[in-house]
Amino acid sequence: MSEAVLSSGAAVEAPGTKGVMDDFSRDKQVFGMPWGKAMMWIFLLSDTFIFSCFLVSYMMVRISTTDPWPIPSEVFALSFGGDPIPLILIAIMTFILITSSGTMAMAVNMGYRKDRSKTFWLMLATAVLGASFVGMQAFEWTKLIMEGVRPWGNPFGAAQFGSSFFMITGFHGMHVSAGVIYLLVVAFRVKNGFYEKRGGNYEIVEIAGLYWHFVDLVWVFIFAFFYLW
Amino acid sequence: MAYVAIADRDHEIEHHDPQTFITKYIWSQDHKVIAVQYGLTAIFVGLIALGLSALMRLQLGFPDQFSYINPENYYQFITMHGMIMVIYLLTALFLGGFGNYLIPLMCGSRDMVFPYLNMLSYWVYLLSVIILVTSFFVPGGSTGAGWTLYPPQAIMAGTPGVDWGIVLMLLSLAVFIVAFTMGGLNYVTTVLQARCRGMTLMRMPLSVWGIFIATVLGLLAFPALLVSAIMMLLDKALHTSFFMPAISLMGADPGYTGGSPILFQHLFWFFGHPEVYIVALPAFGIVSDLLSTHARKNIFGYRMMVWAIVAIGGLSFIVWAHHMYVSGMNPYFGFFFATTTLIIAVPTAIKVYNWVLTLWEGNIHLRVPMLFAIGFIFTFIHGGLTGLFLGNVTIDLPLSDTYFVVAHFHMVMGVSPILVVFGAIYHWWPKITGRMYNETLGRWHFWMTFIGTYSIYLPMHYLGFQGVPRRYFAMGNTEFMPESAQDLNAWITVSALFVAATQVLFFINMIWSLSKGPKSDPNPWHATTLEWQTPDHPPKHGNWGHELPVVHRWAYDYSVPGYDDDYIPQNVSADDAPAGRDHGGAH
Repeated sequence: MSEAVLSSGAAVEAPGTKGVMDDFSRDKQVFGMPWGKAMMWIFLLSDTFIFSCFLVSYMMVRISTTDPWPIPSEVFALSFGGDPIPLILIAIMTFILITSSGTMAMAVNMGYRKDRSKTFWLMLATAVLGASFVGMQAFEWTKLIMEGVRPWGNPFGAAQFGSSFFMITGFHGMHVSAGVIYLLVVAFRVKNGFYEKRGGNYEIVEIAGLYWHFVDLVWVFIFAFFYLW
Repeated sequence: MAYVAIADRDHEIEHHDPQTFITKYIWSQDHKVIAVQYGLTAIFVGLIALGLSALMRLQLGFPDQFSYINPENYYQFITMHGMIMVIYLLTALFLGGFGNYLIPLMCGSRDMVFPYLNMLSYWVYLLSVIILVTSFFVPGGSTGAGWTLYPPQAIMAGTPGVDWGIVLMLLSLAVFIVAFTMGGLNYVTTVLQARCRGMTLMRMPLSVWGIFIATVLGLLAFPALLVSAIMMLLDKALHTSFFMPAISLMGADPGYTGGSPILFQHLFWFFGHPEVYIVALPAFGIVSDLLSTHARKNIFGYRMMVWAIVAIGGLSFIVWAHHMYVSGMNPYFGFFFATTTLIIAVPTAIKVYNWVLTLWEGNIHLRVPMLFAIGFIFTFIHGGLTGLFLGNVTIDLPLSDTYFVVAHFHMVMGVSPILVVFGAIYHWWPKITGRMYNETLGRWHFWMTFIGTYSIYLPMHYLGFQGVPRRYFAMGNTEFMPESAQDLNAWITVSALFVAATQVLFFINMIWSLSKGPKSDPNPWHATTLEWQTPDHPPKHGNWGHELPVVHRWAYDYSVPGYDDDYIPQNVSADDAPAGRDHGGAH
């Protein structure tokens, strides 16, 4: 604590809110975390606004269109021989993505324990789960396109259904794909000892993890607002 | 509590001084070089926009005298003038230019936290500028949709540049936002995490506060523009109907159905209103520092100034629909947005009072930067007061889409920030280049610009009250406008051309100074802030030599009683101060 002593002698903390404010504004890092992590948080805040704008816009056009909105549970149904099961593929995709958040969290833990091998394998598992999510999304896109859904119109109802679907899942899919690449880069750098040369610091695993969890969280909102509503 | 002294993290920045010309000046990661690159590019596109405004004014002042200005061109000039000035000049210059230069130097950091990302930010910005400029040369020319790009007309046949211009415009905006995000993350993180020892948040110069909050606004507001750009691109390219309602075009059905043009307006102004403060807040901050330094007096009410910046930043997100009163909305919404809009006047007025009180009984040196700073107070009060008119629904309705609006926003977010830009360039020029400019020429530049802009915009308010509509190519024989309105329009055009021509003085001065200007003192204005205390002049890569500065006081120790000098730099400790006694208002 003593390093922070100011010439004006502000080392003694005032009680209550003032103490919190003083501490917050002192001559130290506002957030007790590495620069990269702080920057990732701020970026995610900005990205939150992007996805919020997408989702709000989707709701707005859903209200403004006069054509009936297609029923998602029917459009996104798959049948394996028998009756169509509503949202089955989306359910699997969601399960996979949330599982990948679990493996990611374990990878972060292993990273801080400097267990490079386990970190690598867990990150690789996360990336594989992410890639399979993107793969299933590609399958879903193909299926819908085969059924005649286009950005400018579809046989089920309002044209905005297809527009919003391709735009929002596409933008999210790009985020997942970028995340997969990001995870793979970091994973292989963990494996080949890249970070050992930089002081054995594995905060980068957590930073990549932040991004990954964020992408998962966004999916939860897309799932709720687009598929369930 | 985990405490990591910022200075201890120095090793995170690699100090490989660039060697070759290319790494030093082209692919440079030095924030100072990037700042100059940003600045020069922004000023270059700004000159294009200035030329466009001159063409526009020629048509309005002397209708039908110029065969090369037809209605299509005129709308393209208007659109590109607005878009370039607001985004590619002012946003880029204040945040990319001054933000880059001042944040690390004023906070006592060696560079931005991620220099490589910072470099990338400039090159992506340059790409967006190239895309923008390309749109002048594609078939059909640049878009003529007006800088607000309102659908449905922005992407419907009949609007100039509907084939290529609008696509390139939207693309360029999206690329700009990527560039801004990379830079903006750097600025915010640097301010939060990488200040030198002793630099508490409440000791930061107001320039840094203004730029910091403006960057936060940018990071939260630009997403709305990005999303609307993407959706409009899809409407244009893939024929989706996000913004396009079922509409008939020349009796034909273009095939759109059920979209919401109002949605675009909401998204655009959710970005557009904070954008006003993205431009204004850095100007507020910088002008505070100029006034304090050249009046040899501490800024009046520093804490209030900081909180006013923060409050204005917060409020700017809940006022956007005051741009849409005429679009039609529930009266309760109009009431809400008018109220929040008028509330913004409170922190803004606090700032104005504090600037004036800073000057009161100050030891005012009317040097060129100070002239521009005081000029800003005048133009800003004028622009701000007319904002109170337009913030009220009932007064806005008749004044909307008249010259009154044009005069208002040019005063408040055109002239005012530009005066600060000039003041800031004159103020920091010696630090950036190591040379002085010609003081006399600078004064001429100020007075001609200042009087010239008043001569443009004061009559415009009057024309607005007369009901002269904005964005019209020609007024025709409109009964409610007296014939003399045209005389005033001609006068405005002459003044505008005069002001545009006057800017030559600025460039002559700066180019002369670069080669022949006398070498400047490292701290010619006897300023307290850190950027004037660098060991090298101009500062070198890494800014601070071997040791980072340690800050002992706030940024405004001017004319402290009991000291020999009328200023005490921030990095002078109580023991080293000339009279050995700490009087500072530091907290």
